[in-house]
Amino acid sequence: MRAAIEFRNVCFAISQGRLLLRDISLSVEDGTTTAILGRSGSGKSTLLRTVNRLIEPTGGEVRVQGRQTRGADVIALRRGIGYVIQETGLFPHFTVERNVGLVLEAMGRPRAEREQRNCELLAMVGLDPDEFARRYPHQLSGGQRQRVGLARALAAEPEILLMDEPFGALDPLTRAEMQDMLRNLLARLRKTVLLVTHDLDEALYLGDRIVLLSEGAVAAYMTPAEFVHSPQPEVENYVRAFHRGERSAEQEREA
Amino acid sequence: MSGGFLAQYGGEVAELTMEHVWLTAAAMLFATLIAVPVGIWLTRSPRWARPVIGVANILETIPSLAMFGFLLPLPWLGERAARIAIVALTAYALLPILRNTYAGIRSIDPAILEVARALGLTGTQQLFKVELPLAASFILAGLRTATVTCVGIATIAAAVGAGGLGELIFRGVASVDNRLVLAGAVPAALLALAADGLLGLAERWFRVPTQ
Repeated sequence: MRAAIEFRNVCFAISQGRLLLRDISLSVEDGTTTAILGRSGSGKSTLLRTVNRLIEPTGGEVRVQGRQTRGADVIALRRGIGYVIQETGLFPHFTVERNVGLVLEAMGRPRAEREQRNCELLAMVGLDPDEFARRYPHQLSGGQRQRVGLARALAAEPEILLMDEPFGALDPLTRAEMQDMLRNLLARLRKTVLLVTHDLDEALYLGDRIVLLSEGAVAAYMTPAEFVHSPQPEVENYVRAFHRGERSAEQEREA
Repeated sequence: MSGGFLAQYGGEVAELTMEHVWLTAAAMLFATLIAVPVGIWLTRSPRWARPVIGVANILETIPSLAMFGFLLPLPWLGERAARIAIVALTAYALLPILRNTYAGIRSIDPAILEVARALGLTGTQQLFKVELPLAASFILAGLRTATVTCVGIATIAAAVGAGGLGELIFRGVASVDNRLVLAGAVPAALLALAADGLLGLAERWFRVPTQ
């Protein structure tokens, strides 16, 4: 299997000398979804941002499709990588269709092509183009906004998708809907996905692999099945902490 | 005002109003061409923001009569009164436009700017497709403040012979004729109100829709 993304001894230090990423080496297989878990401040988003060079590692290297990202044309690199963030990512002054078509617009593609592609993309994420294309982001619900964000990330047919807590701000029902939609979509499109999340269930549901980051270092890298049964203390702690709420509810029911 | 007064001065009022508009418009054009790019540059090098905005602030505090006086002996400028007026008005218009351009761009949600970068927009595309449109209503608000200020200050330009509605005011004061003072002051006030209204509309037009 070809590695779509490869981290080789990646380090990132901020000016005070604090290390946000410590010697991270990971190889992400082509066409798989890797969920990145970890507590706040563990370096999840930082790691994600090294891939499209929103952050330049201070040590080591990142390879995308076998090529070093450092020194590569950063604009072309980013256009080949979809990026989805929580809630705030849509441009408030553009309609839905302009948001979705922005990458193609920036690449100088003709309007007709963009319009056709916009319709396809909106339909793909479950939004009726006739109803939604001309709306503004503030006229959408949180779930609809995230769908538009996903459509925009897919516009230039990137092989890699970076998602930073894409569903973090949504209510549980909408989140579950979005997770189903994403799962179906990925089954069809075969993208390489890095998904940063707080949510263990989301990681288990969507991930082919799970990375647990702890204080900027990789604490675990395994399949979901291995993850839930791992005797490794960091992993056990994480799983236990996550399920505490469920368990106390269960105990109450039994009592 | 009697019909006779209007018949006597109507043509002159119209002419001086046009002159007034021309002085203000030229100054606004120059001020915008200077302050908007400088404001954008400051968002890229924020450590310059304090000193540069400080200088614009100082310009703003110079009494207008003194400003016209300072410029009078300068070589090329002093030759034509309109030049002095336009340079002085430009100096006064810099601060509001500069400050609002800087603040407008800085107030954009950093997540939005990060997404613009992450999608692979070039620096120019980020500026023209994201930053300037999102800051447009701020910049226009600065332009509006500057224009209203300049319409007022332009009346003083008559002191150095640059024309404009101030000429009627000065003449009225010198000859103790309130009708003349009003013939200059009323159109100047109306001009300020009109500029305020028009730019206010433009500002609302560019305001980014939110919840």
